[in-house]
Amino acid sequence: MAAWADFEHSDGADGAEVRFSGRLTLARLGDLPARLEEVGPISTLDLSQIQRIDTVGAWIVTRAAAQHPAARIVGASDEAQRLLDALASDKSEYRVHADRRPVWVRMLEQLGTSSVAIWDELIGIIGFFGAMLVAVFTQIRARRRLRWNAIVTRFQTVGVDALPIIGLMSFLIGIVIAQQGAVQLEQFGLEVFTINLVGRASIRELGLLMTAIMVAGRSGSAFAAQIGTMKLTEEVDAMRTIGVSPMEAIVLPRVAASTLLMPLLGFYASICAIIGGGVFAWVGLEIPPLTYIQRLREIIPMTDFWAMLIKAPVFGVLIGVTGCYSGMQVRQNAEEVGRRTTAAVVAAIFLVIVLDAFFAVFFSSIGWN
Amino acid sequence: MAEFIQPENFDVAIRVNGLVNRFGDAVVHDNLDLEVHSGEILGVVGGSGTGKSVLMRSIIGLQTPTAGEVEVYGKTLDTIADEEESRDLRRRWGVMFQGGALFSTLTVAENIQVPLREYYPRLDQKLLDEIAAYKVAMVGLPPDAGPKYPAELSGGMVKRAGLARALALDPALLFLDEPTAGLDPIGAAKFDELIRELADTMGLTVFLITHDLDTLYATCDRVAVLAEKRVIAVGTIPELLATEHPWIQDYFNGPRGRSAADCHEAHGAAPER
Repeated sequence: MAAWADFEHSDGADGAEVRFSGRLTLARLGDLPARLEEVGPISTLDLSQIQRIDTVGAWIVTRAAAQHPAARIVGASDEAQRLLDALASDKSEYRVHADRRPVWVRMLEQLGTSSVAIWDELIGIIGFFGAMLVAVFTQIRARRRLRWNAIVTRFQTVGVDALPIIGLMSFLIGIVIAQQGAVQLEQFGLEVFTINLVGRASIRELGLLMTAIMVAGRSGSAFAAQIGTMKLTEEVDAMRTIGVSPMEAIVLPRVAASTLLMPLLGFYASICAIIGGGVFAWVGLEIPPLTYIQRLREIIPMTDFWAMLIKAPVFGVLIGVTGCYSGMQVRQNAEEVGRRTTAAVVAAIFLVIVLDAFFAVFFSSIGWN
Repeated sequence: MAEFIQPENFDVAIRVNGLVNRFGDAVVHDNLDLEVHSGEILGVVGGSGTGKSVLMRSIIGLQTPTAGEVEVYGKTLDTIADEEESRDLRRRWGVMFQGGALFSTLTVAENIQVPLREYYPRLDQKLLDEIAAYKVAMVGLPPDAGPKYPAELSGGMVKRAGLARALALDPALLFLDEPTAGLDPIGAAKFDELIRELADTMGLTVFLITHDLDTLYATCDRVAVLAEKRVIAVGTIPELLATEHPWIQDYFNGPRGRSAADCHEAHGAAPER
């Protein structure tokens, strides 16, 4: 068993004589530093009895020597002397922690920086949207062909791949609405109005809203992460140097895909929710499917459908733009990619719900009830 | 408790015996043997894709070999059942990865303190800070580097910070994966000097993977050449030059090899101690 670092001291006329022994290394240090602190004025630090020393041991000795200017270091082997020499120079200017400021200063600073950051973000996203519109117009004016290949690839990932999860989710939501609605309406003997509830809620609001949330989570985040990684690997810069506009090559296809696919996905989700509600109505309320469909045709106004179709592309643009914008904001390191991706999803979902509220008020005020 | 490893009692720090590494159909190593002696700086060279990094990963236990055995200070990581024992082995080595692999959410000083805190949770904060400060100084980082985050550092500083973290526990064994890759010639030369200096001061055994011929001439005691899925030759550079193997001849006598050698002779630094 290797010996722990240890020392003994005898008091002399001009201070204590400290004799170290054992292994003066990080692993075998024990409580030696604390004990050494307690020794009074030291005149000699004797290293002749130690078995081994490493930089930490040498640092303890150097530190003691610096605290007791009268102390001499004796008996150091060549190995120990090399370490002592390496550590001898003054290290006091080397800082380990950033300067700490009072709490209230940091709180104020945090508040200020985050306010400015939110404002910058808002300006940035509007500017980005503008730059994208400019790119669209230049593309149209220059009669350049759209990058259909890129757009169609996105169709696959944004749309087709999302069908199973969106379908299943909407189907289940349909069942839940029907079931919860039926429980309440039963009290008035109006179970049959469950159909109204499911039909109108799915077409007008829920189908599209759930789709938007899912697309923001699936594709908005993917846009941000992909573009963010491309920024880190300097692919975006490489594109610029070659003369390809990243706005045209990366952003437009993604935003186009999410914009064009949102109405389709939203409609699909609504239908799935209605099917879910229908299944519950059939099984739970014993309303036959034919009656269910007949009733849906009577109660859902066309305006509900138009409202959905108007909202859908707007949500699509929003999700695409926030995703791409966040990706483009990535600088520095990989951690930023994660942060920006989260920010993209949160911003997209938040903005979608805010806009949805505006749309709801707008549509009822123009009489689309 | 088991006896602690005492690196100074070993003449051979690393012994690799009949190592085989296979990924699917691709055989990277086939019956590879290698010995690293205590106290030497061993350079490992080889063409791209000859498995230099895989060899290092096999030695430090990041890659389980298909066959063969790897002993570090007489212990094999695969067969160590005792957690205590494997920790004891792991704290004997420091690894500097190619990209530095600094933890990006921690400052340089905190990065250096991570291994210290992990293995010696009872060290007080003051001593931890002092250790971090002198390690920062030892690897030649500027005094204000400690509180900085990796993203704020230049490429050369990241490498130095990575080296400081690798040296945090005062290991006996140091693994360096392409330490000078991506550095400018001046920075690379300084880094070579630093490695040599630290190895001498701290009595390190160094396993150094490199592409850099200047590094080989400036720092390494011996060089191991990886080719044909094994180590085809180990020795000092003059010894290697005496072998007939075409790859070795191409490597050291190619245009770059010659200029590194000429430059080295001109400056008169000794290739061997």
